Amino acid sequence: MNEPDTLGASLARTGISRRSFLKFCTAMASLMALPPSAAYAMADALNRAQRQSVIWLSFQECTGCVESLTRSFDPTLEQLIFEMISLDYQETLQAASGEAAESAREQAMKASYGKYLLIVDGSIPTKDGGVYSTVAGVSNHDLLVEAARGAAAIVAVGTCSSFGGIPHANPNPTGAVSVADLIRDKPIMNVPGCPPIPSVIAGVLAYFVTYGKLPELDHLGRPKVFFADTIHDRCYRRPFYEQGKFAKTFDDEGARNGWCLYELGCKGPTTYNACATIKWNGGVSFPIESGHGCLGCSEPDFWDKGSFYKPLAVPLADNTPTITAAALGGAAVGTVAAVISRTHQTHIGEEK
Amino acid sequence: MDLLQFARGPTLTWAFAIFAFGMTWRLVGILLLKRRPDYSEPRNATSWPGAIKLIISRSWPHREFIQRTAFGQTLGYIFHIGLVIVVFGFAPHILVFKGLTGLDWPNLPNAIIYASGAITLGALIVVLGRRLIHPVLRLLSNFDDYFSWFVTFAPVATGMLAVAHLGARYETLLAIHILSVALLLVWFPFGKLMHAALVFVSRGSTGALFERKGASI
Repeated sequence: MNEPDTLGASLARTGISRRSFLKFCTAMASLMALPPSAAYAMADALNRAQRQSVIWLSFQECTGCVESLTRSFDPTLEQLIFEMISLDYQETLQAASGEAAESAREQAMKASYGKYLLIVDGSIPTKDGGVYSTVAGVSNHDLLVEAARGAAAIVAVGTCSSFGGIPHANPNPTGAVSVADLIRDKPIMNVPGCPPIPSVIAGVLAYFVTYGKLPELDHLGRPKVFFADTIHDRCYRRPFYEQGKFAKTFDDEGARNGWCLYELGCKGPTTYNACATIKWNGGVSFPIESGHGCLGCSEPDFWDKGSFYKPLAVPLADNTPTITAAALGGAAVGTVAAVISRTHQTHIGEEK
Repeated sequence: MDLLQFARGPTLTWAFAIFAFGMTWRLVGILLLKRRPDYSEPRNATSWPGAIKLIISRSWPHREFIQRTAFGQTLGYIFHIGLVIVVFGFAPHILVFKGLTGLDWPNLPNAIIYASGAITLGALIVVLGRRLIHPVLRLLSNFDDYFSWFVTFAPVATGMLAVAHLGARYETLLAIHILSVALLLVWFPFGKLMHAALVFVSRGSTGALFERKGASI
């Protein structure tokens, strides 16, 4: 475990200049739509702040969230975020293993009780006593409850910990739930995505270290600064949507010309995330720019909302058999009604 | 299941089923009704040209009444044409028809759809205002008239709100828009909106009868 240390001292030791540090703070402030003065406030606060103790628990997940964070941070300045925090427990990144690793977690929790930031990736299985995912013989459920008790706040990284994600998808064999489904008495921020954008993690961590609280959240517990707009609203292909120009297949002329992918099932209009603005891999690209529609991975139950390749406007079910049956039923009832009416008309004619 | 899934899933399935059932019930029931025998000598060998002529002539203001009917008919044309443009010209709507029938056709730019939608809404509001203000129209109007107006107005209004992102989040507005379309589909066969399917049948029948009897059309 790292000794308590101010961030300024830590940065000075690693040779980071104040100019580079200010650039980082300005970028973070800008990313979160904070006023320009916030960059200096952030720099000042971070400079004096002790390195934030962070405990990272991984549950039912694919490690994609951690892979995304580690690969995308290097070699950008965002890597500094790991200099700002004291990452006291992370199964994938830490050198220790076995009892030594668990001991490190317990020591960190004890030393920073009530102050550490708990990051969780992966959903928590609850069925059959949570036996479907355990760490050192302890169920994810019990680990989370124990670690949450001493946390200042919890950040659920990725869609699995935010909303249950793919393990939660129908039929949800492990009874997977999100962090917020289990923990009610701590501030929780969801940073969904499959995986989430690394810069978003860096931004919210910088915000927490600077202001000592979580940023403003939306109704799904996501930081508004990153999840206020839909992908569609900020998509560079949006002008083609307005012009009514749509790619019909993934390799037609429209697709090659960058036309809108709505007809190919893009879920951008109903997906709130910052992919279209911050992008991935140092701002190189994002899924739609690479030619594939948005899957809506930062939304709850995205796996169970119909085909990824079915346009949003189209009904979820194949209604043709139902419509055919209903039409035949209607025709039968109409025929019976007509026969009754004709018989009645005949009787009236005979009476006359 | 969220609201959008509910709208796109079971709501649309039930709405399509009720629409299909109601439409075929009413159409088959009407078309199979017994015709009154006509014992008169036919003045013309074929009657279908009269059907077409009357459909066209009744779709245009009669010269004698043009001053009284021009405003109402113009309004009617405006919102009917606007509805056709919005319903059959907007790309997402075409995808729905394609999914149901397999038919596909080119879409219009969104600017034209938005303009048509706005004009249609304006015309529908004027139509309602006229119905409320005009003493004769008001006397003739019943629940069917007002509810049919509402289920026509609602999908256009909610669709416009959805594309403009006004009043709620897009997915909520889209769900409300789809729910309003479902309401339209359910009411369509059983209210006055059925005129869309029957107007040419009734005018054609009258025209064919006139042609047979040698009446001027």
